[in-house]
Amino acid sequence: MAANAQTIETVEGLAGDYKYGFVTDIESELLPKGLSEDTVRFISAKKEEPQWMLDWRLRAYKAWLRMAKEKGEPGWAKVSYPEIDFQDIHYYSAPKKKTLKSLDEVDPELLATYEKLGIPLKEREILAGVAVDAVFDSVSVATTFKGKLKDMGIIFCSMSEAVREHPELVQKYLGSVVPVTDNFYATLNSAVFSDGSFVYVPPGVRCPMELSTYFRINEAKTGQFERTLLICDKGAYVSYLEGCTAPMRDENQLHAAVVELVCMEDAEIRYATVQNWYPGDKNGKGGIYNFVTKRGACRGARSKISWTQVETGSAITWKYPSVILQGDDSVGEFYSVAVANNAQQADTGTKMIHMGKNTKSTIISKGISAGRAQNTYRGLVRVMPGAAGARNYSQCDSLLIGDRCGGHTVPYIEVKNRSAKVEHEATTSRISDDQLFYCRQRGLSEEDAVSTIVNGFCKEVLQKLPMEFAVEAQKLLGVSLEGSVG
Amino acid sequence: MLEIKNLHATVDGKDILRGINLTINPGEVHAIMGPNGSGKSTLSYVLAGRDGYEVTQGDILFNGRSLLGLEPEERAREGLFLAFQYPVEIPGVANATFLRSAVNAVRKHKGLADMDAMTFLKTAKAKMKQLQMDEKFLQRAVNMGFSGGEKKRNEVFQMLMLEPTLAILDETDSGLDIDALKIVAEGVNALRSPERSALVITHYQRLLDYIVPDVVHVLAGGRIIKTGGKELALELEAKGYADVIAADAA
Repeated sequence: MAANAQTIETVEGLAGDYKYGFVTDIESELLPKGLSEDTVRFISAKKEEPQWMLDWRLRAYKAWLRMAKEKGEPGWAKVSYPEIDFQDIHYYSAPKKKTLKSLDEVDPELLATYEKLGIPLKEREILAGVAVDAVFDSVSVATTFKGKLKDMGIIFCSMSEAVREHPELVQKYLGSVVPVTDNFYATLNSAVFSDGSFVYVPPGVRCPMELSTYFRINEAKTGQFERTLLICDKGAYVSYLEGCTAPMRDENQLHAAVVELVCMEDAEIRYATVQNWYPGDKNGKGGIYNFVTKRGACRGARSKISWTQVETGSAITWKYPSVILQGDDSVGEFYSVAVANNAQQADTGTKMIHMGKNTKSTIISKGISAGRAQNTYRGLVRVMPGAAGARNYSQCDSLLIGDRCGGHTVPYIEVKNRSAKVEHEATTSRISDDQLFYCRQRGLSEEDAVSTIVNGFCKEVLQKLPMEFAVEAQKLLGVSLEGSVG
Repeated sequence: MLEIKNLHATVDGKDILRGINLTINPGEVHAIMGPNGSGKSTLSYVLAGRDGYEVTQGDILFNGRSLLGLEPEERAREGLFLAFQYPVEIPGVANATFLRSAVNAVRKHKGLADMDAMTFLKTAKAKMKQLQMDEKFLQRAVNMGFSGGEKKRNEVFQMLMLEPTLAILDETDSGLDIDALKIVAEGVNALRSPERSALVITHYQRLLDYIVPDVVHVLAGGRIIKTGGKELALELEAKGYADVIAADAA
């Protein structure tokens, strides 16, 4: 502990000379820009982490330095952006200061979007960063449900809390699916991760609610280096929802999250994401770089992991939620809708690694491109020599709106077992003038027409979302594509 | 109801309509007949406001108001319905969902509350029974995998749900066998009332045996060259268009 306190002093001391210094008041605290070993020590100390966690972070930091020196950022994705200056980023900020007093002070354009999405008033205030009374309904709801989960033996808490309260679980599983040196951004995340969620569902327990539905308001501020670890023990079940349909503004341009799922024998994890980070303006100015590593391991026989994602936000999305099918008869699924409008770039897909016998995977990807956007599906299906009887079905559909955007499909298929069956289907289509005119002749506005057609195109994926999320996601698709036609 | 005055329109810079004059009073059913390429479908698209169909001269008044500045959806909400010659497929969108959005868009325009799901379903099922359509069509994607006849029946079903004041039927009879034709015609007739009008575009006299028009027009070369009563259709059926066109040229 002494070392930690010393680190804080050192860094705070440095800040005295630093041009911008600390922006410190009761509510907010910002570490100066830049990344060094001291930054990592500072973050760990701030979170009062044990030595092993600090060591883990430092190992990651050293690995990242090597990677940065040798190869730098990965360049294989079909996205382009100016090189990131990693010394020009803040790596720690305490909960954001709420400076606005009421919704009257919020950007009217943002409010109009909330209105269209039908987001409750209270939630709008929180999302827009308006100070709200300390006591509001959902907090008590959250507390009630947390109590219920605890009674069932389910652990659901922040990553920071888990490091302190459940070190044995974190030490056992953290980095076991996405190793510290997995890739450039995951390694960076491992060194400086801010916070995230931790879930453990004990053997045979079926989590009775969609996790995070009741909590998402409170946990809307995920930080830029989010770290999530979810473990579903033998025969257990959990459904987890991440994200929010409301557009979220964030000062941090770079987001590099890591999500790890561990699924034991006969267990099932459903993980749904709605991502709507700020995409930048129409000309491609601003917007979030969303470089995410998500991976699940089906460790036990007959285990199942299902990823569902609706990606509409961010200037750049780089994300491949994957499943390692280790257990015999395990199942991996990936259902994705990715929308890229204006100057957005998305390179997203999945990896299905078949190791166990009779493992099955399904990939359904729907990519929608509009404006000048580039939308790439990139997916790997790998069947290892031991994966006898493995099966994969992939379907990748692209929908183009207008004539300046691009939709690309890049499937990688590696099969090393003769008994495997792998199918890949791909289509590319356009929203036709005929379809638009037909809808409008029936009284739908042009925007509603586009939204209707797009929702139809994505139906197979949207069906996989939990009901309440699905309705929001449908509206979100419409709003994301506003102004894309005509 | 509908007043078309000296209407000229171009498609891709080509003159298709060259001065159409036509007045339809409330309660009347008019038929437009004419050879291929005479501008029948163009007229229906121009009335419905499709992009790319440019009015270069003249005006269209609907209930006394010019349609020319209105978007297709605004015309639809005002009560103008076009039954398409080639109904369009919309994958993944259930017929019921699509139609309910349409019904509610029109209702909203009229200042009415949304039709709730139960009422919608009840009304839809009653109309489908009238058209001898299977209820399963409500859950199927709009026109996806429908046969030609099923698509046409679906158009008339939508029309019955939307209750337009002016229905334009663009060759709704093509692709229908005689039984289906009768059912579709009955559907159209069911909408006939002193307040509603229809413009029936067809190649063949056959449909007009079942939807009896008040007035028949012959369209050729982008103009109406002859107008008469329902007997004109029979005359055309017997003699073809050549005589009428020749008489007009002379």
